Amino acid sequence: MLETTDAILLMRGISKIFPGVTALEDVDFALRPGEIHALMGENGAGKSTLIKVLTGVEHPDNGSIELAGRLVQVRSPQHSQSLGISTVYQEVNLCTNLSVAENILLGNEPRRFGTIDWRRMNALAAQALKRLDIDIDVARPLGNYSLAIQQMVAIVRALEIESARILILDEPTSSLDANETSRLFDVMRKLRASGIAIVFVTHFLDQVYQVSDRITVLRNGRLVGTYDTESLPRVELIAKMLGRSLADLETVSRARAEHELPDAQSLALKATGLGHKGTLEPLDLALRAGEVVGLAGLLGSGRSELARLLFGVDTPDAGSLEVGGAPVTRHGPGESLRRGIALCPEDRKVEGIVKDLTIRENIILALQARQGWARYLPESKQYEIAERFVRLLGIVTPSVDQLVGNLSGGNQQKVILARWLAINPRILILDEPTRGIDVGAKAEIQKLVLDLADEGKSIVFISSELEEVLRISQRVIVMRDQRKAAEYGKDVNAQTIIHTMAGHQ
Amino acid sequence: MTPHKLLARVRESRLFWPLTALAVILLFDAIFEPGFFKIGIIDDPVYGPHLYGNLIDVLNNGAPLMLVSIGMTLVIATGGVDLSVGAVIAISAAMGAVLINPALGDRLITNDILTADTTNTPLPLIILADLAAGTLCGLWNGFLVSRARIQPMVATLILMVAGRGIAQLITNGQIMTIYYTPYFWFGNGFILGLPVSIYIVAGVALLAWLLVRKTALGLFIESTGVNARAAYYAGLDERNIKLLAYTFCGFTGAIAGLILSSYVHSSDANNIGANYELDAILAVVMGGTLMSGGRFSIVASIIGAIVIWAFTITMYTFGVPADALTAAKAVLVLLVILLYSEFSQRLLGRWGLRKGQRHDPAH
Repeated sequence: MLETTDAILLMRGISKIFPGVTALEDVDFALRPGEIHALMGENGAGKSTLIKVLTGVEHPDNGSIELAGRLVQVRSPQHSQSLGISTVYQEVNLCTNLSVAENILLGNEPRRFGTIDWRRMNALAAQALKRLDIDIDVARPLGNYSLAIQQMVAIVRALEIESARILILDEPTSSLDANETSRLFDVMRKLRASGIAIVFVTHFLDQVYQVSDRITVLRNGRLVGTYDTESLPRVELIAKMLGRSLADLETVSRARAEHELPDAQSLALKATGLGHKGTLEPLDLALRAGEVVGLAGLLGSGRSELARLLFGVDTPDAGSLEVGGAPVTRHGPGESLRRGIALCPEDRKVEGIVKDLTIRENIILALQARQGWARYLPESKQYEIAERFVRLLGIVTPSVDQLVGNLSGGNQQKVILARWLAINPRILILDEPTRGIDVGAKAEIQKLVLDLADEGKSIVFISSELEEVLRISQRVIVMRDQRKAAEYGKDVNAQTIIHTMAGHQ
Repeated sequence: MTPHKLLARVRESRLFWPLTALAVILLFDAIFEPGFFKIGIIDDPVYGPHLYGNLIDVLNNGAPLMLVSIGMTLVIATGGVDLSVGAVIAISAAMGAVLINPALGDRLITNDILTADTTNTPLPLIILADLAAGTLCGLWNGFLVSRARIQPMVATLILMVAGRGIAQLITNGQIMTIYYTPYFWFGNGFILGLPVSIYIVAGVALLAWLLVRKTALGLFIESTGVNARAAYYAGLDERNIKLLAYTFCGFTGAIAGLILSSYVHSSDANNIGANYELDAILAVVMGGTLMSGGRFSIVASIIGAIVIWAFTITMYTFGVPADALTAAKAVLVLLVILLYSEFSQRLLGRWGLRKGQRHDPAH
C-alpha cells in the first residue's frame, strides 16, 4: 500500500540476501519531498542495509528503485550522489585538517588563472552556511569546530556540491548534546521547508517525535509499516519495533522461576551515582547474590553503556562502585575479572570472538588472562574445560580444535558465553546473550542463567526481548535516554515497561 | 586417513609453502648447478676441521636473518612491524667493536690481524653490552608502540633512522675493524663441523618457542593480533604483550649484530645489517604470518629466512653480481606475493578439490 503520489523516491519490493541471512525481504519505502522521514528498528532490523541499497553500497537482489518517477539502478555511492542522494554519517567523513571552506568546496574550488581563488571560495562557503543560519569563520580548520558544526558542514557540502534532493542522516545526533541537537533540528526543518526529503535514522524516540513527519518501522528485515508520526503513539511504535502487539505482551506467560533471595544485606555489587559523561547519567544500582536483574530499554538507552561501566571497559567519571563490599579504584576488564565480574559483550564479532583461534583457545582465553601468562593451563586441562562447556551449552562442532570463525552465529555466541562461565564469576553481565540464536538455544541459555543464579551468582541480563527479560528477572530496570527511568519488582508487566520505555508512566 | 585428507593436511600446514619455495630453489640448483650441493670437509688452521659448501654457507650466512625473523615474527603477530632491526644490528655491532678496541674507539690500531688479539674488556662483558644495547632498543620501540600509542611503522621508523646515527656516535664515525680472535668464533667458528651461528639460532628459537608455546604468551600474542578489542574484553593487557614482543625483537637483533660483526671482523655503522628489516618481514610473510597479526609459526619464519639465503647463495653461484642481487630478489618477492594471494590460493584450492574427488572413490 504505497502512496505513489508526489513521491520523490519509491523503493518497491526490495530484497537483499547475504549468505545465511535475509537482510531485507520485500521492503517498500516511499519518500516525499519536503518531509523528514524517520527510519526505525532495532539491531538487525535492516535499516542500514536499506540505506546501503539506496546509496549504492549494496545491490538489491530484488525490487526496484524509482527516483522522481524514473526507474534507476544505483550502481555505486558515487552514482547515488550524482542522482542527488547524499548521506551524512555519524562519524563525519570530512578532512578535519582542511578549512571549512575547503571541505565544502573540495573538488569544486573556484579558480582564477588556474589557481584557487581563495577569496571567492571563502565567500561562497560562508554564503552557503549563511543560508542555514550558521555563522562561522570558514577559513579555520574544520577540526576547530564542534561535531555538530562539522555535521552541518557535511550537510552543506552535500547540498552545495552534490545538489542533493534526498539527504540521509544516519544517526546524526548520537554524539551531539541537547543544544547541538536542537541546532541540527533547526537546520533540518529549514531544509524541509526548501523541499529536501530527509531520511532520519536514529534510535532516540524523543527526537523522532520532535522532528519527523512520518515513521517507517522495519523489523527482522521486513517492513512493519509507514505511519504518520502524529497518529502513532510512542507505545505503539515501541511495540511495532519489538514485534509484539500490546495485547500480546499482556499475556506473556510468566514462567519466571521463583528464587528465594538470600539475605538482602549481602550486596554483591553496589553502584552509587555511577555515570559517564555523554553516555550515562549518574544512577544507583544494587545487586544481591543469587539475583537476576533485567535491564530493559531500546538501543542507545544506556543499557550497554551501563554494562561497560560496571565491567570497567569505560571508566566512570562520576560516582562510586563497590564489589563485594570493597570499593573499586582501578577500572578495566583485567581488574574486573580478578574481582569476579564478567561481561559477555553485545557485539560478538568485534568484542567477542577471536576468529582465527580454536574453540578451545577462545573458551580458555579469559581464564588464562586471569591466571597470567606464566601459569599456562596444561593442555589436558584446556581440553577438559573446553569439552565440558561444549557439552554443557550444546555447541555443535566436530571438535574443540575447530576455528571459531567456522561456527554459526549461535554457536559462536555459546563459545563466548563459555569463555565467561569458565572463569566462574560472581557477577555475570550478559548483554544480548540470546541475539541471533535459535529458539531452542535461547531457552537453554535462559535456563542456564537461572541455574547460575541458584548457585548464588548475580546476573545482569540485558535483552531487547521483553518476554525474555520478564521471564527470568527478579527485578527489571528500565533505561531511557541514557538514564535509569524506573525500577520494578517481579510483578511488573510488559505494558508498564513499554510505557516507561516510551517516557510516560 | 585418506590420501586426499593427508594432502589437505599437508597443504594446510604452515610449513608447506616455505618448504615448497625452498624445494623449488634447490630443485633449480640440482638441475642447473649440480655442484651446488657439494659438501666437503676442510681442516681449518684456526677453527679446526669442519664442513664447507654452499649449503653450509646458506646456514651460516642466513643465521643473523633467521634470528631477526624470530623476533619479527612475534612483533608482526601482534599486528605490528619493526623497521629498526637493521639499525639495532648496527648499534649492537658498534657496541661490540668499541668495547673490543683497547683504545675504546679513540683511534685505530693497525696491528696485524690475527696476532694482536688484544682487548681490555672481558668477552662476557662485551657480549652482555651487545645484548643489552639491542634489548634496550627493543624496549624503546615497545614503549613507543604500547605506551605512547604510536603506530608501529612510525614508531620503529624513528629508531630505523636514528639508530645508524647512534651507531656512528658509538664508533666515533669510523668503520671499526675488530682484532680479537675469540670474538670471531661466533660468526666463523664450528662445533661438530657445523657453524656456531646455527647453534645460536637453535638456542634462540628454542627459547622463543618455550616462551610462547609453553606459557600463555603465544595465545595472548595471537589473540591480540587477531582481535585486540576482544582480547581487551577478555582481560588481556595488550600493552605488556606488545612491549615484550618488541623487546624480544630488539634482543634477537642484538645477537644478529654480534654474529654479523664477528663474521666480517668489523663494524660499519652505515652498512652492517642493511635491509635486514625488509628481509625479515619477507621471511615472516613467507612463513605464513599475516601482516595484520594473529597466528604465527617461528619455525616457518626461520624456513622463510633460509629460503631467502638459499636464493641469495644460488644467485651468487650463478654469477649474479652483488649489486644486481636486489633486482633478482624482487622477482622472488613477486613470486611469493603472487603465490600467497587470495587468487592463487583459491585456484589451488579448487585444483586440490578436483584432484581429491578424482582420487577418492568413496565420495
